[in-house]
Amino acid sequence: MERFYTFFFVAGLGCFGIAFLLSMVFPWMSLNEYHGMDYQTLEQLAATPSAEFVELQQSYPVRFEEVYPGGVTSENYAKALQLGRDLYIGQACFHCHSQFVRVVSNEQQRWGPPSEAYEYMNALNQPHLWGTRRVGPDVARLKGRHTNDWHIAHFINPKNVVPYSVMPAYAYYFDADGTPHEEGFALIAYLQWLGTTYNPTH
Amino acid sequence: MAHAVAPPLPSDGKPLVSYTIIRMHLIAAVVCMLISMTAGFLYSLQFLGYYPFPDSELFSPGHIRLFHTNMAAYGWLVNGFTAVAYYVIPRLTGYRVLGEKLAHLIFWVWQLILVLTLVGFCLNKAQAIEWGETPTGFRPGTFEMNYVPIDLLIVVGAVLLIFQFFTPLFKARDQKFYVTLWYFTSGFIWLALTYLMGNIIPEWVLPGAAGAAVTGLFIHDLVGLYVTPMGWGLMYFFVPMILRKPIWSHSLSVIGFWALAFFYPLGGVHHFLISPIPDYVEFGAISTTIAIEVVVTTVVVNFFMTLRGKWSALYTNMGIRWFYAGAVFYFLTCFQCAFQVTWTFQKVIHFTDWVVGHAHMIMFGTFSFWLYGSIDWLWPRIVKREWYSTALKSWHFWLSTIGITVMFLTLTMSGLIVGFMQKGLNPWSDMITSSYPFWIVRTFSGGMFIVGLMCGMYNMWMTARSTKEYDEEAHYIALDAK
Repeated sequence: MERFYTFFFVAGLGCFGIAFLLSMVFPWMSLNEYHGMDYQTLEQLAATPSAEFVELQQSYPVRFEEVYPGGVTSENYAKALQLGRDLYIGQACFHCHSQFVRVVSNEQQRWGPPSEAYEYMNALNQPHLWGTRRVGPDVARLKGRHTNDWHIAHFINPKNVVPYSVMPAYAYYFDADGTPHEEGFALIAYLQWLGTTYNPTH
Repeated sequence: MAHAVAPPLPSDGKPLVSYTIIRMHLIAAVVCMLISMTAGFLYSLQFLGYYPFPDSELFSPGHIRLFHTNMAAYGWLVNGFTAVAYYVIPRLTGYRVLGEKLAHLIFWVWQLILVLTLVGFCLNKAQAIEWGETPTGFRPGTFEMNYVPIDLLIVVGAVLLIFQFFTPLFKARDQKFYVTLWYFTSGFIWLALTYLMGNIIPEWVLPGAAGAAVTGLFIHDLVGLYVTPMGWGLMYFFVPMILRKPIWSHSLSVIGFWALAFFYPLGGVHHFLISPIPDYVEFGAISTTIAIEVVVTTVVVNFFMTLRGKWSALYTNMGIRWFYAGAVFYFLTCFQCAFQVTWTFQKVIHFTDWVVGHAHMIMFGTFSFWLYGSIDWLWPRIVKREWYSTALKSWHFWLSTIGITVMFLTLTMSGLIVGFMQKGLNPWSDMITSSYPFWIVRTFSGGMFIVGLMCGMYNMWMTARSTKEYDEEAHYIALDAK
């Protein structure tokens, strides 16, 4: 028994396969069954640009026109969401901010309604950004919690608005007077999108 | 008297094991470990408000954090385990690896992967898979190429490694395998499968919660189905060889291996408990994780019974000291795991520093200790010189041991405090300000790891330059002295 083929096939392939079935195929099947989930593409998510995105255009019309010729359109909003998410991943934001609200530890009082599986069935959650550590607050329900101005002041130096914060500054995505670069617009558009897919009547 | 350390020569008279390639991998491993630790140290300074490059996008704290975990996993551990595999597999099978040139190719491919990974992190190209942040080369979730596809290179590297090491393993298919080879054979297969699964499925196939079940499985399998089998493989190889006595119970070895292979991968989802993943999957993960603890106990008992009657080796042999200190930390981590995996604990400690302490105790306190122990054995034989300094070896050991103990305690305490504050709806400022003293201690304990590693690296350097030839007999006389 204690030979090459045993360890190659039974342990190497067999045990891995059982776990793959139980941890991937089964949850995927039951999630589809109970939640009747429809996958939303980026174009569908960005069909209606958010009020915050419109406000960015109104606050910084010159820079906004340079970065997003054509103004507030679905295409430009999709572009902003995609880049904002790229930066959220690239700067490893997901290692200090979680994106799901649990039903325990009074999290509903602090962050809002508990997360459900259907909220994550979209292009901006592939791969998901749940995170495993909360140095900073959960951001799953961030939309509308702060104004765009708050976000700009916070990105330039988090201590401007949250004195005890240990978050790094991202001043290099903004001019000295607070006008966002393309990255700044994108990050704010993405953060002001988080929580949009939640539907109280689902 | 013939000690079982000189490799048997194949009939063509060429050596069975190439020491050059082992030396290269070991040097690369410790250099990566130094980079990883330095990055971790710098990242911890961010929490104290003393991060040295606050205005740099390239070296932002987020990027430095990715340096830390990825260099530890793919730099230090993979290089280290590969070095050990080059030493161990030909000895246990009696056949050489596939090729010397292939060995150099694998080495340079792997170092290229590491450099490109670090550059990719600086350029914001990380992948959103924890522990698998190595850039895919594509924008997240799309097929729009934006960087070198490093994940693909890693798969190429892993396949080359499999060809390299499965040649001797396959040639020896009619032999009865020793325990180490059980772990190594399965471990290489698991590495390739795990990497493919974790980097492809959540990225391109399954979004959201179903993808999260797979990323949980990926984080878990990379530790449990690559690092753990490699670690136990080298424990089963080095401990009986250094002690010159067999493992206490073969039956316990069998139980240990098969229970790890069966139960361990089933626990993957426990990284995302109380989440939108279906409850029955979570309960399955929790019960198998607790089952693992029973098995871990049998393996640890097996090793301590092996040491019975040779306790003095803990004083006389630094390798044994590293291995058994690592085994103690292993037992503690797994014991902790059996509790923290329950919902009762998860409510409080998930999302806090508790988990960070847990991860450091297993990755540093156990697997890095075991690699340090292997280096203690390998290095003088590879460079054919006696260790330069016993005092430096002691400094390395004690700084690392005290450092990891302090780090574990401080992070566990801050995790508990913050966990209960989250539950108690304290304002968020309380969590930062109450963590602050613990974070100061954490930075200092991390500094101890670095100073310890520097002692070890200086010792390796001076050993290689020394003129004192290595004497195998003297080594055994010293081991038997007490």
